[in-house]
Amino acid sequence: MSGSTTGSEAGRWLGVYVLVYILFLYLPVSLIPIFSFNDSIQAAFPLQGFTTAWYSTLLGNSALSGALVNSLAVGFVAASAATLCGITIAYADLHGRSSFSTAISNLARLPILIPGVIVGIALLILINLVGLGPSRTAIVFGHILVALPTTVVIMRGRFSAIPKSIPEAALDLGASDFATFRRVMLPLSLPAIGSAFMLAFLISFDEFIVAFFLAGTEPTLPLYIWAQLRFPKSLPTVMALGTVILAGSILIAAAAELLRRRGLSGGARHALPATA
Amino acid sequence: MSAVASREDSSRAEAGFRFALLLPGAVVTLLLVVFALVMVVFLAFRINDGSLLGAGFTFFNFLSVATDPLNWTVTLRSLTIAALVTAATVATAYPVAYYLAFHAGRRRGLILFLVTLPFWTSYLLRVFAWKVVLAYNGVLNSALVGSGLLSEPTLALLNTPAAVVVTLAHAYAAFAILPIYVALETIPRSQMEAAADLGARPWTVFRRVILPCSMPGVLAAALVVFVPTVGDYVTPALVGGPSSTMIGSLIQAQFGKANDWPFGAALAVAVMLVILCVVLIARGADRRFGSRT
Repeated sequence: MSGSTTGSEAGRWLGVYVLVYILFLYLPVSLIPIFSFNDSIQAAFPLQGFTTAWYSTLLGNSALSGALVNSLAVGFVAASAATLCGITIAYADLHGRSSFSTAISNLARLPILIPGVIVGIALLILINLVGLGPSRTAIVFGHILVALPTTVVIMRGRFSAIPKSIPEAALDLGASDFATFRRVMLPLSLPAIGSAFMLAFLISFDEFIVAFFLAGTEPTLPLYIWAQLRFPKSLPTVMALGTVILAGSILIAAAAELLRRRGLSGGARHALPATA
Repeated sequence: MSAVASREDSSRAEAGFRFALLLPGAVVTLLLVVFALVMVVFLAFRINDGSLLGAGFTFFNFLSVATDPLNWTVTLRSLTIAALVTAATVATAYPVAYYLAFHAGRRRGLILFLVTLPFWTSYLLRVFAWKVVLAYNGVLNSALVGSGLLSEPTLALLNTPAAVVVTLAHAYAAFAILPIYVALETIPRSQMEAAADLGARPWTVFRRVILPCSMPGVLAAALVVFVPTVGDYVTPALVGGPSSTMIGSLIQAQFGKANDWPFGAALAVAVMLVILCVVLIARGADRRFGSRT
């Protein structure tokens, strides 16, 4: 910004590029809400007139509401478990000082490097082996695994941003390891925990491929949408449903981002007296 | 006496806390990651007899993975598509990351949020949106016909490998920005200033200082895009058509219609080996560029 004239001019052109990039990023997905209000079964321009009829087809659909309940239940349980694992794995990694906890932390981030199809078949074999079979519980296990790298990365980032002097002070004053964790480190990380939980919930709520392998007779919402995509007639209903899901996802992601930022600035505020 | 007892108590409590801290992560990672992957590898060496874990011990599954020309076609297609997607994603993301690191100023937070937001919305819906764009009676066709560029809608948009590349590159766009941005952000400003002070032009500073220093981020970005795309199932199924079947669809078919789990497991092991090779190559390149991670 404080560069030479040529530098700021290059910056302006880059700014235009970024604007176009972001527009292109949002253009295809923005068609979903646009056509969800379009009074036609075809998703094509020109638009045919405004209607909210497709939204009313969402109400009173028992298959849809069943899938919604499944998705919410799976998301809540999987996000809770993934957040608990994320907190403990990250804390043990940073404060445990044992090679075992480091290995666990690395393993927990490994699923990033495994395509979803392979996660799906690996867990399909596992759940059949333990006699569970495809079910909602099986999807919960799958989604814990898929969300785990995110929760571990967020919690690691948060715990390592807390100045070492804070837990050291607690330990010097006679607090046990557990008391330090429970009374000092957890309260300082609360916004990050909330953020990790919300993002884990979103990952589970939107996850398709692992659930595709592990679902029994109780589909989640993405599986319901997948089934509807085969019928051209239900296209507008999918658009309306998609709009609701997108709006919900954006709200939750924005809330998680706000929490994460508040957590970071909160940490900086706490850090000041400790470093001064 | 009591002091000793309480110290023993507290050390037992400490050990209990450490155990409780390790328990959930250890159970989840050892069972769901390690054991599940070991079972995939185990199954890949079994004979398909219709039972869950197969029978006997065989190399036959890997033999048919390696000798069936269909597998080679599909694997090569998957690698080509993933490589094209990775190249396109990284190349288009780099300027955005560069802008974020050096020019964004007060808008940085907002732009970072806007480019990562799609990551948190449904992947299925983002792919579906491209189907709407590319379909025969879809948005692009109606726009082309409406503007007189085409006399009638074309079938050439949907169900092609090109549609898969465009859709995947768009779906994974945001993945590439963050690692590159972090790498650019951590380049010491003094290095760039030193180069400029010594008379290097802006382009030379970029080519000789900034680009090499940001390579670890570029490699990380390439990896996080390549891995999910090479095994993707949804995009080829929705916008790819039969001419762009990828390895993920092949694996899925073994666990679905074809019902040959050991062969599917062998395919999965082959994909994981390919990914391992890519990771090792990336790590080797990372070391050459002087990794700072």
